[in-house]
Amino acid sequence: MKITVNGTVQEVSAQTLDAALAELGYGDARVATALNANFVPAAMRASQSLEAGDQLEILAPKQGG
Amino acid sequence: MPVFYGTEIASPLMLGTALYPSPDVLADAFRRSGAGVATVSLRRESAGGGDFWELIRELDIPVLPNTAGCHSVREAVTTAHMAREVFDTDWIKLEVIGHADTLQPDPFGLVEAARILSEDGFRVFPYTTEDGVLAGKLLDAGCEVLMPWGAPIGTGRGLMNPYGLRTLRAQFPEVPMVVDAGLGLPSHAAQVMEMGFDAVLLNTAVAQAGDPAAMAEGFALALRAGKLAYDADPMEPRDMAQPSTPLMGLAVLE
Repeated sequence: MKITVNGTVQEVSAQTLDAALAELGYGDARVATALNANFVPAAMRASQSLEAGDQLEILAPKQGG
Repeated sequence: MPVFYGTEIASPLMLGTALYPSPDVLADAFRRSGAGVATVSLRRESAGGGDFWELIRELDIPVLPNTAGCHSVREAVTTAHMAREVFDTDWIKLEVIGHADTLQPDPFGLVEAARILSEDGFRVFPYTTEDGVLAGKLLDAGCEVLMPWGAPIGTGRGLMNPYGLRTLRAQFPEVPMVVDAGLGLPSHAAQVMEMGFDAVLLNTAVAQAGDPAAMAEGFALALRAGKLAYDADPMEPRDMAQPSTPLMGLAVLE
């Protein structure tokens, strides 16, 4: 199915958020996730199912002031 | 040294991590200044990143994640939750921006977000103005630190409203306060400390200097000078000249 990952439409076969992260190459990355603008804690990713058209944000530590 | 939510930090210099010419220069600036806190953010990640987090860990000081760029309560609250998980801290520099050009805080959204986050267990560091009524509402919302601006973010203009800041300091003498944003020179930081504030938070003034590490050290020295001056109980300015050398014993030579 197609979902939007950090603003870019991508095809994923995974049905859950944690599987999608692995599929997209974020396996061990230190990231936080939000699905359709709602924070999804790491512990909830395995039970978070995905649907076509979902908006996924994957955020990581970056420079800030 | 400043104490925020029960944690004493090693320096009144809270330093941002953005806009440096290189990671090495960033690390030098932190080392040379002995900065007590590093501010950081959350942004979109492409797969395979992670160097920045290693760099920050090596600084071995507390991190203060921000909600920079958030214009709504919802964005700020969601970003704070994501930051708490990624950075493993309940500290959050709360920015709810009210205007894209001035980057002035939205005071109404700020209070609402501060209340929600405080109830969710966050230790909120609100980026605010020098407005004393707003400050009182932030304290009521659960904030135990206030971060009034010196000038708009990134302007380097120093303290635009010293009178207002002095009034705010006097209004809430027991609340730890950080002057956040708008500082450009170490003399601005010294002025902040001379007024009795607890710390400064800055980024651009150091990162965009020709020699960021030297400027960072300059700020650290200025903060120490200002703190010494405040604790030393400065003289009151006066209008009329007053000789410092005694008149008694002055020779008659005319």
